Amino acid sequence: MNNIRKQDIMSLLGCFVLFAVMQLLIMFEIIGPFWELNIVLIGINIILSVSLNLINGYTGQFSIGHAGFLAVGAYTGAIITVKLGLPFELALIVGTLCAGLLGFLIGLPTLRLNGDYLAIATLGLGEIIRICILNIEYVGGASGLMGIPRETNFAWVFWVGIFVIFFIKNFINSAPGRSCLAIRENEIAAETMGIDTTKYKVMAFTIGAAFAGTAGVLFSHYFYIAHPASFTFMRSFDILTMVVLGGLGSMSGAITGAVLLTGISAFLAEYPEWRMVIYSITLIVLMLYRPQGLFGNKELSLKMFKLGGDNSGRTAEGK
Amino acid sequence: MKSWKKIVGVACTAVFMTSVVAGCGGDKKKDAANSNEIVIGAAFELTGGVANYGKSTLSGVKMAVDEVNKAGGINGKKIKLVESDTKSEPSEAGNAVTKLVTKDKAVAIIGPATSGSVAAASQIVTDNKIPLMAPVATAENITVKDGKTKPFIFRACFIDPFQGQIMAEFANKTLKVKNVAILYDSSSEYSKGLTAVFTKTLEKNGGKVVASEAFLAKDVDFKASLTKIKATNPEAIYVPAYYEEVAKIIKQAREIGLTCPMLGSDGWDSPKLAEIAGPAALNGTYFCSAYSAQDQEPSVQKFIKNYKAMFNAEPDNFAIHGYDAAMIVIEAIKRAGTTDGVKVAAEMAKTKDLQVATGKVTYDDKHNPISGAVIIELKDGVQTFKEKITL
Repeated sequence: MNNIRKQDIMSLLGCFVLFAVMQLLIMFEIIGPFWELNIVLIGINIILSVSLNLINGYTGQFSIGHAGFLAVGAYTGAIITVKLGLPFELALIVGTLCAGLLGFLIGLPTLRLNGDYLAIATLGLGEIIRICILNIEYVGGASGLMGIPRETNFAWVFWVGIFVIFFIKNFINSAPGRSCLAIRENEIAAETMGIDTTKYKVMAFTIGAAFAGTAGVLFSHYFYIAHPASFTFMRSFDILTMVVLGGLGSMSGAITGAVLLTGISAFLAEYPEWRMVIYSITLIVLMLYRPQGLFGNKELSLKMFKLGGDNSGRTAEGK
Repeated sequence: MKSWKKIVGVACTAVFMTSVVAGCGGDKKKDAANSNEIVIGAAFELTGGVANYGKSTLSGVKMAVDEVNKAGGINGKKIKLVESDTKSEPSEAGNAVTKLVTKDKAVAIIGPATSGSVAAASQIVTDNKIPLMAPVATAENITVKDGKTKPFIFRACFIDPFQGQIMAEFANKTLKVKNVAILYDSSSEYSKGLTAVFTKTLEKNGGKVVASEAFLAKDVDFKASLTKIKATNPEAIYVPAYYEEVAKIIKQAREIGLTCPMLGSDGWDSPKLAEIAGPAALNGTYFCSAYSAQDQEPSVQKFIKNYKAMFNAEPDNFAIHGYDAAMIVIEAIKRAGTTDGVKVAAEMAKTKDLQVATGKVTYDDKHNPISGAVIIELKDGVQTFKEKITL
């Protein structure tokens, strides 16, 4: 028990150091605005991939509608700050809650499906959310909601990101979290053992959706605009790719996936013609040689980053 | 197995570290921009859903830059065009424009094509005091905010209501009609906006709207409205709507014996129009567009010839506006004699009677170009250039 607490404090200290270094680099403009923007984007993508990982990786439910929840967060957040003129902090909370509520309502019927059927249902739901937004004149319809103030900065993204990572890490290590893992391993066996599978599936789905909403609020308050074109199913696939690339069911994997893919995309901004080609080749090569993703379901267990659900795996840097 | 993991881990770390190092280095190095070059950024939709808009517009921009560079550049300095991909997504447009402005030190941005992406980029260029020229974004509100003109945002194409004005002028001057009936789509902002401007201009010119009937998008039967319109004996009917309903309206109008000219907007521009309505019914119908390849204006024909020579393809509406956009920006930098964003933007706002490919351009106080539009007549279902109207 003591051991865990010590570790948590160590991790938190590590986070502080990392934050201080990054913040200084940004303050002294060693990192220019372009990379600052991409670091914020990486942070937002980490929140998205980690939250999707809870649904897809840990609970084993194949959801591809994450962009829908991202959109709900982005738009509710923007309504709070732009239309109602309330503070950004409130927008973060309301955006999170709304996306979570929607995740709960949608999760109840759809999580009775599994496998391909659930994938199709969530894909459809993501699109429904987008089409609804497209037709609501109050939020700008097809031209998007403009004039959102830039409230998000590196500090916000960093600490919200850390919070989400710790929350999900602790959730996975809790009793409900272990039920989720059991469902992933074998749903029938889990049910036989007396686990209310629907309940835990909906729980994981709701938490994942809520954090996607948080990411949405951060997203729309960084890019000045919430536009339906930002939340197409391609965005869902992007997030899914990050999770699968990093390794389903690995926290470090989800984080690495988000960093790597956003990074590659930013790098190749100079070569727009080649971006898609290189991006795709990277994915194909990775899937050929590491079909289980970079980390499989193992964790990077560098001391300050001990975030894993199951502690069985140790990779290169951990040694 | 373990060494495997080690390699992957090390590789990942290496990639990440190089990315950080290279990225940070890049930002600083370009501070001292080559003084013999003027960097103009082109942020366009090069991949994704509307990549064809972006690519087409970009080729027009490229052509303009190429021409100016061959003629000696801007005040002796060559233009360097740096491209960036917005991936057809507004937030990525913000990303692309940030890169062009802060990393490549662009003195002006051309693009993106779609209005949403322009809106996303507009705050970034305003913060950095760099002018942004949107070649084909038609949404009225991208150049204004809370009733005030945004100082750094410009466009090169006409906005939607402008077409209503053009069509009213055409009805008055060319067709010489006074009594016009209007049939509009009450579920579309576009249609309502055009109707309002058309009515205003027509009445100013001494004309009269004898009937104003509304329908809803996806309606299929317009005979009731058309019969009512017929009873008022209009000399022309104005239908500012999209081709699907328009085709049915024209067909049914001809069926009940309404033979007067029909006028429309660029929403008519589709091969489907002739397919649904039938070529014969379309005789005596006109709509307005920004550009026609059959326009005999020397500047248009010269543009088409040069474009074909450079890209071996037919230029479209997007390409010619890309060309115009680049020309307006380049001329403004020339006149300003500096690359200071504030001064260039001020010069751009002063653009007056500038000869570009589509005609002569003058900016109004909302940074919208006052230029001409072409009227296209449908002869047996074929789009034919009728005339050019300049306000």
